[in-house]
Amino acid sequence: MTAVRVFGVCAALAVGLGLFGLITNPQPLRKIIAFNILGSGVFLLFGIVGRHGAASGIGNDPVPQALVITGVVVAFAATALAIALLLQLFQRAGSATLRNGAPRSAGSDPPGG
Amino acid sequence: MSVATIFEIALAAVVLGLGIWTTAVRDTYSATVGFVVYGLLVALIWVRLDAVDVALTEAAISGGLGGVLLLGAAARVRDAGFMAAEAPGKAARVSAAALSMLTAAALTVAVFLLPDSASTLAPAVVAHAWATGLTNPVTNVLMAFRAMDTMLEKVVLLLALVGVWSLARDSAWGGRPGPRHQADPNGVLVFLARLLPPIGMVVGIYIFWTGADHPGGAFQGGAILASMWLLAIMAGLTDTPPVNRRRLRLLLVAGPGLFLVVGLGGLWFGAAFLAYSPALAKPALLLAGTPERSAQQ
Repeated sequence: MTAVRVFGVCAALAVGLGLFGLITNPQPLRKIIAFNILGSGVFLLFGIVGRHGAASGIGNDPVPQALVITGVVVAFAATALAIALLLQLFQRAGSATLRNGAPRSAGSDPPGG
Repeated sequence: MSVATIFEIALAAVVLGLGIWTTAVRDTYSATVGFVVYGLLVALIWVRLDAVDVALTEAAISGGLGGVLLLGAAARVRDAGFMAAEAPGKAARVSAAALSMLTAAALTVAVFLLPDSASTLAPAVVAHAWATGLTNPVTNVLMAFRAMDTMLEKVVLLLALVGVWSLARDSAWGGRPGPRHQADPNGVLVFLARLLPPIGMVVGIYIFWTGADHPGGAFQGGAILASMWLLAIMAGLTDTPPVNRRRLRLLLVAGPGLFLVVGLGGLWFGAAFLAYSPALAKPALLLAGTPERSAQQ
């Protein structure tokens, strides 16, 4: 079970790293990447829990595996939507910033987070 | 310490180093490249955790499809410039670091406190494998035992695609999403876009087909096929289909729609919604899994 612990620490630190990047990095694209790192850490933690449930000749509980596969695909769909929103923001405002007072073309709503 | 343990520690260290680099590096494009490599190495961790199906998904989606999307976005936002004034103050950074470390520490403790033999659904999955005739337990869970999740996931993919489409300008609505890509016809991208798709399509279809009995499946295969299509689109060899084409829309709705039909069929002929009769299981599952996602532009 050493391997599981090593990867467990790795996953926990990935969650921390993603959280830090999400809060401190001002660029939206970097926030999306940080959120994906956070997500991959959470998925790994789930996989580690599943590894503890190895039984019947299967090395990793298949139900968490299936849930993680579903999760990865849904995370991808959310990332694609977030990137599309970001590119729209960039196209309309001329800069990809989430700050309210940023220089931008007048007359449009302040972008939400 | 065995060789395997050393390999695992090295792998975890490289993944963490890449994560730190991705978070810390100033240039957004470099961060994106770092994240793609990070995704591919995380797939290796999944292999070591004995979850090859998840590893394939992670490699195909995080490394392949998601990487292409992120790189494309990074290239377009690249010259947006970065204003240092936007970065949060020192106090905010320190408290964010403290919060992150606390979270990571709590999760580490949780990992170390996990019992050696947890409760598991693996025996139940193996015991009921006869019901579908498929021998890959993960495919069984995805397509039969928790088919509801998979059906809703297809709906989520469809909703995301509709969301991306609806961001088009009013004047461009119904047309092709996004501009036509241009690439140097003698460049390396066009060369690869001619060379790789035939191989990628064979691999994608094989992974989809073999998912019944071996690691693989519809999502992984679909993601590879979609990446190949995306590669051809990016090289300017083909174009994204216009949104208002009826055939495209029908094909997209067919995924969740067929799933729904199979599910209602279960209600009609069998015991419950999405209940398959054993004799029809494999054809029904193949039918339900066939139409996979389209290119996310």
